[in-house]
Amino acid sequence: MTSSRSRRKTWSSIFVALCACAVLLALIPLALILFFVVSQGIQALNLEFFTNMPKPVGEPGGGMANAITGTLILVSLGSLMAVPIGVLSGVYTSEYAGTRFAALVRFAADTLNGVPSIVIGVFVYGIAVLPFKQFSAIAGGIALGVMMIPIIARTTEELLLLVPETMREGALALGATRARAVFTVVLPSALPGIVTGIVLALARIAGETAPLLFTSFNNRFFTTKLTQPIASLTVQVFSYAISPYQDWHRQAWAGALVLVTIVLLCSLLARVATRRLEGMHGR
Amino acid sequence: MVKRSYDLGFRLGTGLFGIVLVLVVVAIGFELTRQSMLSIQKFGFNFWRTEIWDPVAGNFGALPFIWGTLYSSILALLLAAPIALGIAVFISELSPAALRQPLVFLTELLAAIPSIVYGLWGIFVMVPAVRAFETAMPASLRQWPVLSGPPFGVGMLSAGLILAIMVIPFTSSVAREVLKSVPMAQREGAYALGATRFEAIAAALFYARTGIVGAVMLGFGRALGETMAVTMVIGNNPQVSLSLFAPQYTMAAVIANEFTEAADELYLDALIEIGLVLFVITLIVNSLSRLLIWSMARSAKTAPAPAAATPADAVA
Repeated sequence: MTSSRSRRKTWSSIFVALCACAVLLALIPLALILFFVVSQGIQALNLEFFTNMPKPVGEPGGGMANAITGTLILVSLGSLMAVPIGVLSGVYTSEYAGTRFAALVRFAADTLNGVPSIVIGVFVYGIAVLPFKQFSAIAGGIALGVMMIPIIARTTEELLLLVPETMREGALALGATRARAVFTVVLPSALPGIVTGIVLALARIAGETAPLLFTSFNNRFFTTKLTQPIASLTVQVFSYAISPYQDWHRQAWAGALVLVTIVLLCSLLARVATRRLEGMHGR
Repeated sequence: MVKRSYDLGFRLGTGLFGIVLVLVVVAIGFELTRQSMLSIQKFGFNFWRTEIWDPVAGNFGALPFIWGTLYSSILALLLAAPIALGIAVFISELSPAALRQPLVFLTELLAAIPSIVYGLWGIFVMVPAVRAFETAMPASLRQWPVLSGPPFGVGMLSAGLILAIMVIPFTSSVAREVLKSVPMAQREGAYALGATRFEAIAAALFYARTGIVGAVMLGFGRALGETMAVTMVIGNNPQVSLSLFAPQYTMAAVIANEFTEAADELYLDALIEIGLVLFVITLIVNSLSRLLIWSMARSAKTAPAPAAATPADAVA
């Protein structure tokens, strides 16, 4: 009796220890990745990296000014497309949450969220590259936009549903139309959260490579023309990483460091903002 | 009356943007089918049974890619699922309250790191380590088909490892949500019967089994479509091999590598057909996993909660 009890207790402790080990096992790669990205990246990261153009093979130095500009342009184009569609469809699915069509939209958003990014690249190639026989920044922006829409839609919906029903009812009781209640009362009170969600979506999308490979393609030169192929930080890192040149590898690590910094800053920012929001709503 | 038409306008106006979402999904399926017609008509189902991928001769068989995708994803799943579940249990059941938020943040960070950064790290840090591991493998073990072949470093093992790291945060965060939805009374009941901590958690896990399976499948769906990191470490060699050391290829990787090189129409269509099938497979896996998670959440919500559970909830 006692021995079986102590055996059960031992098993239980082993289980607890195993769970703690699982956490450590996942944190080791995280620490290793951050360590290598920072230690390798910092060596090639300087002001030149941000302001200079790529140098030809064999010449040391140079930077990714074109790729950084390209990523900014692509992400802006993507959000220009995704923010209105995402936010307004999120408004629909939260306002008419019980309807069958809202369920369909929600299903579409989840489905789109699960579509591999490379498939989105192929799709956008078919609709925005093939017809014009031209890789372009616009096509890249569309690809990123398609990936952003479901993230923004679901975040908006979730945050709108958190707004207390009494606020909406108050506005309606004062004679406001539904649209007015939503746009002047409900949406503004959820706005900080929605903006946080958008920032997170931006950070995630800035790190995407696969959908850009054959939509915005790549460009060794500086361009801001939307109808031309354009460089991006991620595609540049990819082509440098698989190249045989030491100097390009160093540049790739620097690019990775910039990407990780963007992601890290955005997540921290979002975390602080959510904390503050939760404090405000007293949750 | 005026008001009612306003409301209708609002509903239609916002609904229009909802339609866009639905249309995009439909358009992806339609467009991929349309663009891959040539390949579908020429090869039919044989496309998925043939092992030969010879763009020069115009012979395309996608078996090596579907094999590589499934092999790498299942390998990743085997490695990631126990770890992810352990993390979920630790964070939601065992961790001291002060540690909980930082741990959630750190695992989410793992999900936020871009795929290309994983790939870069994979090429320059993980692959050399894997190569050293493979070289150190005793010859007697190398006789085994799973461990046969020259130790390149790049190959199935590297792909499985990097996918596992990438999938862990997804599975663990969903599993955590699922565990959260298990009524406290389940655990309290187990404790009241004299269960140890492990037995109480096992009861909660058993209660949540549908949702847990859903969480694991969601990770599987992620692994199937992962592109950049896998492309950079799997070795990109179209062959069907059981060996973990062998360089192989996945569906996503072949599209990423060869799409811009596809010179003729048939080649391009064959690649797009691979994309179409990848789309359909992930669609099925993801829908199924969401269905499981949803049915679990619903049954937990509608389960009759004993009155005793209420004060405990209030304290928590």
